[in-house]
Amino acid sequence: MSEKEIKGTIEEVFSYSARHPARLLEEYRAAGQKAVGILPYYAPEELVYAAGMAPLGLWGMEGSVRGAGRYFPAFYCAIARMNLEMALVGVLDGLSAVLAPSICDAMRPFTQNFKSARPDIPMIFLAQPQNRTEEFGVVYMTDELARVREELEAVAGTRITDDAIRDAIAVYNESRAERRRFVRLAASHPSVITPERRSDVLKSAWFMPKPRHTAVLKTLNDAIEALAPENWTGGKVVVSGILADSASLLSVFQDNRLAIVADDVANESRSFRSDMPLPEKDEAPLRILARGFAGQGADSLLHDPDLSRRARHLKGLVEESGAQGVVFVMMQFCDPEELDYPHLKQALDAVGIPNAQIGYDQQMRDFGQARTQLEAFSEMLADRGRRDCSAASSTGR
Amino acid sequence: MGFSGDSDSNAKAQADAGAMVGANTSAIDGANDDVTTKPAKVVLREIVDAVYEQAWDAKKRGEPVGWSSSKFPAEIAEALGLAVVYPENQAAAVAAKHGGRRLCEYAEALGYSNDICAYARISLAVSDGAPAEERPVPPPDFLLCCNNICNCMTKWYENIARRHDIPLIMIDVPYNNTVDIPASRVAYVSAQFEAAIKKLETLFGRVWDPARFAEVCANANRTASAWLRACGYCAMKPSPLSGFDLFNHMADVVTARCKPETSRALEQLADEYEQAVKEGVSTWRRDETWRIMFEGIPCWPELQALLRPLKEHGANTVAVVYAPAFGFQYGDMDGMIRAYCRAPNSVCIEAGTEWRAALCRENSVDGILVHYNRSCKPWSGYMLEMERRWRKELGIPVVGFDGDQADPRNFAEEQYRTRVEGLVELMRANSVTRENGAPL
Repeated sequence: MSEKEIKGTIEEVFSYSARHPARLLEEYRAAGQKAVGILPYYAPEELVYAAGMAPLGLWGMEGSVRGAGRYFPAFYCAIARMNLEMALVGVLDGLSAVLAPSICDAMRPFTQNFKSARPDIPMIFLAQPQNRTEEFGVVYMTDELARVREELEAVAGTRITDDAIRDAIAVYNESRAERRRFVRLAASHPSVITPERRSDVLKSAWFMPKPRHTAVLKTLNDAIEALAPENWTGGKVVVSGILADSASLLSVFQDNRLAIVADDVANESRSFRSDMPLPEKDEAPLRILARGFAGQGADSLLHDPDLSRRARHLKGLVEESGAQGVVFVMMQFCDPEELDYPHLKQALDAVGIPNAQIGYDQQMRDFGQARTQLEAFSEMLADRGRRDCSAASSTGR
Repeated sequence: MGFSGDSDSNAKAQADAGAMVGANTSAIDGANDDVTTKPAKVVLREIVDAVYEQAWDAKKRGEPVGWSSSKFPAEIAEALGLAVVYPENQAAAVAAKHGGRRLCEYAEALGYSNDICAYARISLAVSDGAPAEERPVPPPDFLLCCNNICNCMTKWYENIARRHDIPLIMIDVPYNNTVDIPASRVAYVSAQFEAAIKKLETLFGRVWDPARFAEVCANANRTASAWLRACGYCAMKPSPLSGFDLFNHMADVVTARCKPETSRALEQLADEYEQAVKEGVSTWRRDETWRIMFEGIPCWPELQALLRPLKEHGANTVAVVYAPAFGFQYGDMDGMIRAYCRAPNSVCIEAGTEWRAALCRENSVDGILVHYNRSCKPWSGYMLEMERRWRKELGIPVVGFDGDQADPRNFAEEQYRTRVEGLVELMRANSVTRENGAPL
């Protein structure tokens, strides 16, 4: 596959899916398949797949809040507000249910507002444990998943067998592995896999049937791998935050020649960086999913007794990817991210990793401030690069 | 209707509120100020002061001092004899004494966004060493965090634990989407209680004594019973108290609910309300033309501003959700766990709506004033829907205003005043409609 063909595949398959989830929903329904909305965070999508239904990620949308303003005050997380807006304006009408975790302070009231606003769309509630690694946490999560399974069976009108869940786990693990491979390959070919294309490939996994997404992505990854290595002269950054999929925002990265070489973003790598574990002897598949959730971490949404884990993870990402700095895309009114930020900044500053914070909201129209900040950040990285080169040459390295 | 003849002042209201959460007892006035029979409010204030004094004493003796979230099971630390202070209570005290902005800005200079809960910002500033003379607390040696109120608490305490490199005991109470708490959730929380006890025993060489725990639980139940009895007097017409008094006394229920002196002081408070009813007097020293529910945490820095238009319009606060929220009683460990699963922000909208609706019905409320509290997203996040349900179920007007529990920059007195006036107009119109027998 040539570079042109790579771009064409991304445009036709991934960008199309990432930008038109409503059309995919229509296609599922036309094919007689039920679809279930997957709300943030860490919903057990495998169970929806195992029920023979199509999971569709719900991460809000860009636009204005109208009807949702009758439910949420203005000082509220965009994902909660925009997802409710989507429910109110009919975007979610074709869904047979939504799967709704309640792990943060925004999603707790979201669940209550959703069931009030759209009682006609069944809401399958999930309350995951924060103390998830101890046996009592795994047991509780397994119980929650058993209830979710029953409620999904009622929606699907069919039983979800253990074998189907095992199969789903395998399908999803394969998808996760291929997405991780894509993230690595994208980092070494930033002018082909621009920030926007990278985002589309990853975002589309929330809407496309997983086997198809994985199959096309595998072909794409093989093709990227076969390309000659790039001599990228722009900046390389790790992006951290809840969402970084706005085309307007990503174009600011692109315009400033900032390649995204790794991410710590909730709807990107955080959702696929670790697999569901291998089964222990005769282990029930729901328990595998519970242990998989227990294995998640380095995330503002998840309590971790190891309080420096996320900072270590972020520094590790910078090191492994060869990034020069970190850009925090701070979702407005997101307490968990805002409360992690000072510590993360301090940890990065302490080891000399440049970092910048830009504010983001799905209602944002004007990215002028982000543009100014990223221009300055990009120039700073370039200056550092030049200084490092000159220091290296003066010491004969 | 209503009471008259007593003098009152906005300054005194602020002083009372400030004192409950932080100040000394010098602001007390009135005929009951007798050293042998102190009024309950004085005793209650001294109990809160003693909690903090005991923590300082423990620190001086080299014993560990914990910082605890307000709805962490206080029974555990009390049974183990560990000194504990309460950052939420401290933040309220600081805010009521007008230190909120100073400490919020201190936290913002550390990099914390001003979107974050102001209690958290104040506490994080204190944790970093910022002076808080309004209610000084010893630095923490351990942390007791329960997220039944919010998940912001989890992140807030993680930051303190990291800053001080101290143990964080975290009890996770998942949110409830149904009125009943599922058995699996009770088992999960129960296992965490056990783990927390074991960890504290190991950390501080304490031994768990079931008999002492039973005694502490009995005290907590007695406190809850007395608290509910005192709150129940809001149902009297006219009420012998203002709901703002309950905001003040809640400090005792938060910081000292397991102590027998708290039970006795709240019983005394209830007795005083009983006596006030007989004598026809009230701590609300204005007309009681209207009876309202104040929904949410008050704006501690702005108590005078909150009360001013209410007094002008004779609107007494006779319902606050803290009464049922903190007055929980239980018969066994299972019941205790279920009680801690029912914090204001951890119950579903049906339970939350009914708590308040029941209060409004029992206390003959004419209208509801809702505080859209910028600090508290989980609380404010479903209030608009609750407003609609209350209007429909209760047939009374509901009006909201924007504010903040501790950051004065998020409150505009003019908006508040206009909203109170609007509520009064609506209550008046509703009253006329009812008198005319028209359907609600």
